[in-house]
Amino acid sequence: MQWIEAGCLEDIPILGARVMRTAQGDIALFRTANNEVFALNDKCPHRNGPLSQGIVHGNRVTCPLHNWVIELVTGSAVAPDEGRTACYPVKVEQGVVSISLRPDELQKSA
Amino acid sequence: MREKLILVGNGMAGVRTLEELLKVAPDKYEITVFGSEPYGNYNRILLSPVLAGEKTIAEIMLNDRQWYADNGIMLHCGTEVAWIDRARRRVITADGASAVYDRLVLATGSNPFVVPVPGKDLPGVVTFRDIRDVQAMIAAAEKYRHAVVIGGGLLGLEAANGLMRQGMSVTVVHIHETLMERQLDRVAGEMLRLSLEQRGMHFHMPAQTVEILGEKRVRGVRFEDGSELYADLVVMAAGIRPNIELAKKSGIYCERGVVVNDTLQTYDPSIYAVGECVQHRNQTYGLVAPLFEQARVCANHLAHFGYLRYQGSLVSTKLKVTGIELFSAGDFNGGEGSEEIVLKDASQGAYKKLVIRGNRIQGAVLYGDTVDGAWYFQLMRDGADVAAFRDQLMFGQAHLGDAGHGGQNKAAAMSDGMEVCGCNGVCKGAIVKAITEKGLFTLEEVRAHTKASSSCGSCTGLVEQIMASVLGGGYAAAPREKPLCKCTDHTHDEVRKAIREQHLLTIREVMTHFKWLNPDGCHSCRPALNYYLLCAWPAEYQDDPQSRFINERAHANIQKDGTYSVVPRMWGGVTNSNELRTIADVVDKFSIPTVKVTGGQRIDLLGVKKEDLPAVWRELGKGGLVSGHAYGKALRTVKTCVGKEWCRFGTQDSTAMGIRLEKRTWGSWMPHKFKMAVSGCPRNCAEATIKDFGVVAVDSGWELHVGGNGGVKIRPTDLLCKVATEDEVEEYCCAFIQLYREEARYLDRTAPWIERVGLAYVKQRVVEDTEGRKALYARFIESQKYAQLDPWAERAQREVQKHEFTPLREVV
Ligand code: SRM
Ligand SMILES: Cc1cc2nc3c(=O)[nH]c(=O)nc-3n(C[C@H](O)[C@H](O)[C@H](O)COP(=O)(O)OP(=O)(O)OC[C@H]3O[C@@H](n4cnc5c(N)ncnc54)[C@H](O)[C@@H]3O)c2cc1C
Ligand code: SF4
Ligand code: FES
Repeated sequence: MQWIEAGCLEDIPILGARVMRTAQGDIALFRTANNEVFALNDKCPHRNGPLSQGIVHGNRVTCPLHNWVIELVTGSAVAPDEGRTACYPVKVEQGVVSISLRPDELQKSA
Repeated sequence: MREKLILVGNGMAGVRTLEELLKVAPDKYEITVFGSEPYGNYNRILLSPVLAGEKTIAEIMLNDRQWYADNGIMLHCGTEVAWIDRARRRVITADGASAVYDRLVLATGSNPFVVPVPGKDLPGVVTFRDIRDVQAMIAAAEKYRHAVVIGGGLLGLEAANGLMRQGMSVTVVHIHETLMERQLDRVAGEMLRLSLEQRGMHFHMPAQTVEILGEKRVRGVRFEDGSELYADLVVMAAGIRPNIELAKKSGIYCERGVVVNDTLQTYDPSIYAVGECVQHRNQTYGLVAPLFEQARVCANHLAHFGYLRYQGSLVSTKLKVTGIELFSAGDFNGGEGSEEIVLKDASQGAYKKLVIRGNRIQGAVLYGDTVDGAWYFQLMRDGADVAAFRDQLMFGQAHLGDAGHGGQNKAAAMSDGMEVCGCNGVCKGAIVKAITEKGLFTLEEVRAHTKASSSCGSCTGLVEQIMASVLGGGYAAAPREKPLCKCTDHTHDEVRKAIREQHLLTIREVMTHFKWLNPDGCHSCRPALNYYLLCAWPAEYQDDPQSRFINERAHANIQKDGTYSVVPRMWGGVTNSNELRTIADVVDKFSIPTVKVTGGQRIDLLGVKKEDLPAVWRELGKGGLVSGHAYGKALRTVKTCVGKEWCRFGTQDSTAMGIRLEKRTWGSWMPHKFKMAVSGCPRNCAEATIKDFGVVAVDSGWELHVGGNGGVKIRPTDLLCKVATEDEVEEYCCAFIQLYREEARYLDRTAPWIERVGLAYVKQRVVEDTEGRKALYARFIESQKYAQLDPWAERAQREVQKHEFTPLREVV
């Protein structure tokens, strides 16, 4: 797997998100209360709302446009809403966050 | 090892308890269920539409066998429990098997009451309780023609309607003079009877049945006065009795039902009971709404959380006969010390009666037009003071103009394809389908699944009507006061009280104090808690940006494409060439696509890229423009008219007054947005009477108006009082705002808040209590010390929250 450095863990607010601009579009990096980091395509499966701007709670984020709730681990909308956005593998080593730009299709699809 | 839980009674209340338990403590118990019916759990309420041929048995299943398997629950259906051996903590089934438990839930429901007359056991005499009964009735309808239904209550009428739809000729026999006498007063009962007669139903009432006639099969019914009716099918629907047989046999204390305390515990501490078999505070219930509340409380104790109490329920009733709209709740007969408001329009088939005591609604009966049932019920549950809008009560919540659903007020009159929810484009048919196919019971569930009524809420009455026509009274399942959100069972008011009294200073502390279910809450509670803390401790509390909705975090409104809009303050709606030039330059410099005059007398710049925001603000700031808080639960605009300075009718300087109020109050965070206006004379060109706080100048001073709203639901203001000087206007205004800030629930605008607490209360606090007003004013001024920092300048010049506006990294 090819990893790209995204930045320091410190620079992502706890229960918040930052955006990484890439050729394939914006990727949102979320940091949970347990200091886990998750990466999702910054587009809500509903109507492409920027998930990075949402409120993070537990392992979930609420989209700012119409309040869909998205699972950070799988990118899936919480029922009864249906849909899924791509998620990307992330690792955090010595406070540095890296991601792979190949979306994680198989192992995480719930 | 996991503890063992046994549920006896595989019906609606019991299984709901398991569902609630699995939500909060999925792995606590090894669960075994015994049910005497040979099915999974089904929606008993919908037996009526099954009988009427509108639904099939398959469509009313709530939890099929797969559900039990998926949740690791052992299901024994078709198995009756004969005895509970409490000493050894085990149950013995009718076929002799046994199983042990640590805790047990009794949910045995009720039995139909069969009138004890000769002939009651003849073939052809049935009850109306379960799938077997319905199948028997449908089979009889194929062979026979004449049915008599004994009982003119909810069940009897639904049975009669169903049999009629199956092609039978049906007579309803009722012992009282009024149909559904426990839910309807005489007038409404008569109207109901009339419309059922018009549909071809027959009535024999008042009449007391003394014998069921027949030898091999029923052939008729005889009454006390000697008269007889021919019948080849008799349905006993004369009421229900809690099924306490098993409990009694096992030595559990029972009266009319199994007696439980506020935690749904019986006299045997390891045995709980829920549902129709229960007697709580001397009440028994026969509708699902209260049973579901019991289920939630019981699950909370089974999970060992131990903090919920069941305190009884207020129930409302509707009849599930297509095309008949009827609503009833509370005490509708009045009596000593109560007054009635009645409206009757026979030609429209409409009747409304409200019973009021001490300015609170005690009961309501609606016939024909029930769209306001939900509203009255809410006012009853809240114990709202209705004095201020009493003269309008009868005309309903909508008579002042509800935006967004074409003025429809009768769901029954709508076709399946008609739009109910104008925000989300949801049609009636989609709602009906979701309720039945997905087994939905509450407004919250319907909102989650269909999105109807989940945005502006103006169609809530219609959605509730649709639910009522499908579910009867079953939908009205709201506890007295709603919990703050799904993460807790505590209410807004309880949480606020603890914040003040326990001196809680962070969101984390509040969540720990109340044992929040989700460790960091959700998008509903976090902004509310952030506000409550900020309002309680203006100096001490450290605002939490991550608990604010993006608009308040970024200090601009997010747009559908992810860009932002920027609305600078334009004090009192007055501007000048410098401000306009600054705006024009910013628009050019940042290629801002749209410039629009808003409905609030200022200018909106739309389509600004997020990373440009700080620079845009810097430029605006140079021209003296500050944040207009168009994005916040905060003071928004103060609209003014030109007033005495120019207008030939002006009585006071309304423009200057407006600017003064805006300068005094800007920056203040509120439970919801807050809008003001000042008009120079009663022509009211600034529309002050639909604002949260409106001022109308008159020759002798200023009229102060409160609680207006021009949005989803128009509500004109109430007159608070009249004052003489500008200083007084400011003092009353700030005191009113502070009262609203301290006491309204998060996301209540002033209009619903005033309707809940009553204008009299607000007057008492702000007008009559001089000391109190001055104290409110002082607290407001104190909190403004910490609030009046222009958030734009902080971000543009001091780089506050810089990370909010820049990407973490760009790779191209
Ligand atoms: C920009 C503006 C429309 C316009 O182009 O004129 C506007 C735009 C929005 N309004 Fe409004 N309202 C605007 C004046 C009004 C008015 C008129 C007024 O203030 O005199 C009303 C009715 C008066 C009232 O509030 O009582 C109004 C009643 C609403 C409501 C319904 C509120 C209610 O209590 O019923 C909402 C929804 C809400 O707040 O939940 C709303 C919500 C919104 C939101 C914030 C929707 C949203 O959540 O994104 C819109 C933001 C658009 C944006 O991104 O800029 N807007 N909105 C107006 C801004 C005024 C300003 O200068 O700040
Ligand atoms: C036709 C009809 C229409 C209705 N319409 C409405 C309506 O519009 N709105 C509304 O709110 N409510 C309505 N109700 C009432 C609602 O269905 C009941 O309030 C609700 O089903 C009661 O739930 P429960 O779990 O207490 O009892 P039930 O759902 O009756 O469940 C009890 C179960 O326990 C089983 N059982 C009993 N004893 C034993 C034993 N010893 N061993 C094993 N199993 C046992 C029974 O077989 C039964 O399956 C209606 C009811 C009927 C019959
Ligand atoms: S600006 Fe107001 S009325 Fe217009 S679409 Fe947005 S919320 Fe609706
Ligand atoms: S775009 Fe995310 S909820 Fe609509």
